[in-house]
Amino acid sequence: MRRLWKYQETYVALVIVLLSCAITLLNPNFLTLENLFDLLKSYTFLGILSIGVLFVLISGGIDISFTAVATVAVYTTMYVTLQHGGNIATVLLMSAAIGAGLGLINAVIIHFFNIPSIITTIATLNVYYGLLTVFSGGTWLYNMPEWFRRFAETNVISLVNPDGVPYGLSVIPLIWFAVILAAWVILHYTMLGRGIYALGGNLASAQRTGFNILALHLFVYSFMGLLAGIAGVVEVMLAQRVATNSMVGKELDVIAAVVLGGASLTGGVGTLWGTLLGVALVGIIGNGLTLMRISSYWYNVFIGLVIIVSVGVSAYRRKLQRRRKMSVEVE
Amino acid sequence: MARKNSETIVLSVILLAVFGLMWALNGSQFVQFENIQSMAFQLPELGILSLAMMITMLTSGINLSIIASANLSAITAALILTNFVKPDASGIGPMAIAAGAVAAGLSVSAIIGLLNGFLIAVVEVSPILATLGTMILVKGVSIVLTRGYTLSGLPEPILFIGNGLVAGMPMPMILFILCAAFMAVVLNHTPLGNYIYMIGSNPIACFFAGVNNTAVLFRTYLISGIYSGIAAMIMMSRFNSAKADYGESYLLMTVLASVLGGVSAAGGFGRVSGLVLALVILQLVSSGLNLLNVNPFLTIAIWGMILILVMVVNYLSVRYQETHPR
Repeated sequence: MRRLWKYQETYVALVIVLLSCAITLLNPNFLTLENLFDLLKSYTFLGILSIGVLFVLISGGIDISFTAVATVAVYTTMYVTLQHGGNIATVLLMSAAIGAGLGLINAVIIHFFNIPSIITTIATLNVYYGLLTVFSGGTWLYNMPEWFRRFAETNVISLVNPDGVPYGLSVIPLIWFAVILAAWVILHYTMLGRGIYALGGNLASAQRTGFNILALHLFVYSFMGLLAGIAGVVEVMLAQRVATNSMVGKELDVIAAVVLGGASLTGGVGTLWGTLLGVALVGIIGNGLTLMRISSYWYNVFIGLVIIVSVGVSAYRRKLQRRRKMSVEVE
Repeated sequence: MARKNSETIVLSVILLAVFGLMWALNGSQFVQFENIQSMAFQLPELGILSLAMMITMLTSGINLSIIASANLSAITAALILTNFVKPDASGIGPMAIAAGAVAAGLSVSAIIGLLNGFLIAVVEVSPILATLGTMILVKGVSIVLTRGYTLSGLPEPILFIGNGLVAGMPMPMILFILCAAFMAVVLNHTPLGNYIYMIGSNPIACFFAGVNNTAVLFRTYLISGIYSGIAAMIMMSRFNSAKADYGESYLLMTVLASVLGGVSAAGGFGRVSGLVLALVILQLVSSGLNLLNVNPFLTIAIWGMILILVMVVNYLSVRYQETHPR
């Protein structure tokens, strides 16, 4: 039990429970399956991206370019699909493949030229996004195919609420669940997952332990790109149009959610569990404000305060721990 | 030392090459007085914001909140101006209120700077997280204050800051030169500047050398905050308005300009002269391509490519120097 208090995840979970209680007291609609299903659907986009960001952060890097990668991947995919046709599998595969390819470019630049990942991905964000806007002329794509629209509206569980209005669990969160499962297996049951933690913990020791640093870099950034490609398709499923400028600019919000969940920017630290809690916290704050009838203008204020307090508390605890250790050494 | 010099030389060569290329592509239009003057109006906004970013990067930090604090400063000043001064008013009274509004705007960004300083120096939050938090919070306050609307219709004396000419010299450029000169003096000729570079290289060694790291970091983020406030006044005056989400694309551009100018992302290295060279290069590229009617988004892509190219060339030249010792 005592061990639990060491993890930021525990505090985030506690805040979520308290917040949920408070919101439920003010509006009982919060704790209904209908609202939960809604939340899952609207936060799938953030949820998928956050897992990619988690992998990059654990490996000791950072990726800023994933919103541009998502936009390029889904735009190209839907452009081709609208002209030549396709189905849901080809759309997901193609978008994921383009995303992974763009991620691979990031990895190659970061690995071979030893350029800090934050600089590389800021540069590639501008390159990818700039080129896409030039080639697309900034025009949005409408008139998604009929089968695409039908897939996005599919419910895997259909229920009826007490007022007689049907609702259900959309198929979209299932994509997120599949990603979570894959990420879980990679992080916990494969050598690859160990390697990512080792790389973030200490690059030199990971290398001497025998991990292939190039392969790890290539995997982490192309996995981020792959998930960005899938998240891009999810965004289009929800909005039923492809916009060139709807995603770029949100990269720091995603990183904020992952960091809330306890991942460290210095690498080697971070759990899937924590990232899911971070996304949940962001989702619940947004949803709670609506249900408590607080103007959505306050959303950023609340998220900002939560981030500052949460990173502040955990940094302060670390500082106190360091002090304690230092005094022991002096004695 | 060799590395610093080689960077200045590389940047100067690129600058001359870009200038020559743009001159060749655009003809005499490019070197006309009007074009140079319009460049001198455009450069300062990004320039002063980049200085605000650079000083934090020297301490191996980063300040993601510069754009958000600039917008909140502008909104504070604009709220005071639009409520108390009519757009066509003149005389001593409105002038005094305008000065008060600018002072209020600058204090807001100074306070945000102090908040960042507190989080980073006292609580010891990593700079990227602390400023990410303040960025979101400050933007939130701006949205609450303006309800997402644009504040416009500012009085004449304020518009001078962004659009005025003093002896043929654009007012924003004068402010930028003053800001850059002040920053250069602080960094190169004061103990504070020395400590900033030392913290960036090795904070623990710096601490054991008897430096008060907390005080140095506080001042660093305070200066960064005030600089974003100064940029805010120029932006507000040039747009003749203020809004919660103006200039958000500038954020990553300031990192790009700093790194291009030789500021190390790991801290401890970088000079104001390098940053100024980088800013001039970026401005030459964007003005030149603009005259050629090139899509502005292509310009953004080209900026990104230039950054990667410069980093790759730097890396290769360092590698070459290591493998071929003289």
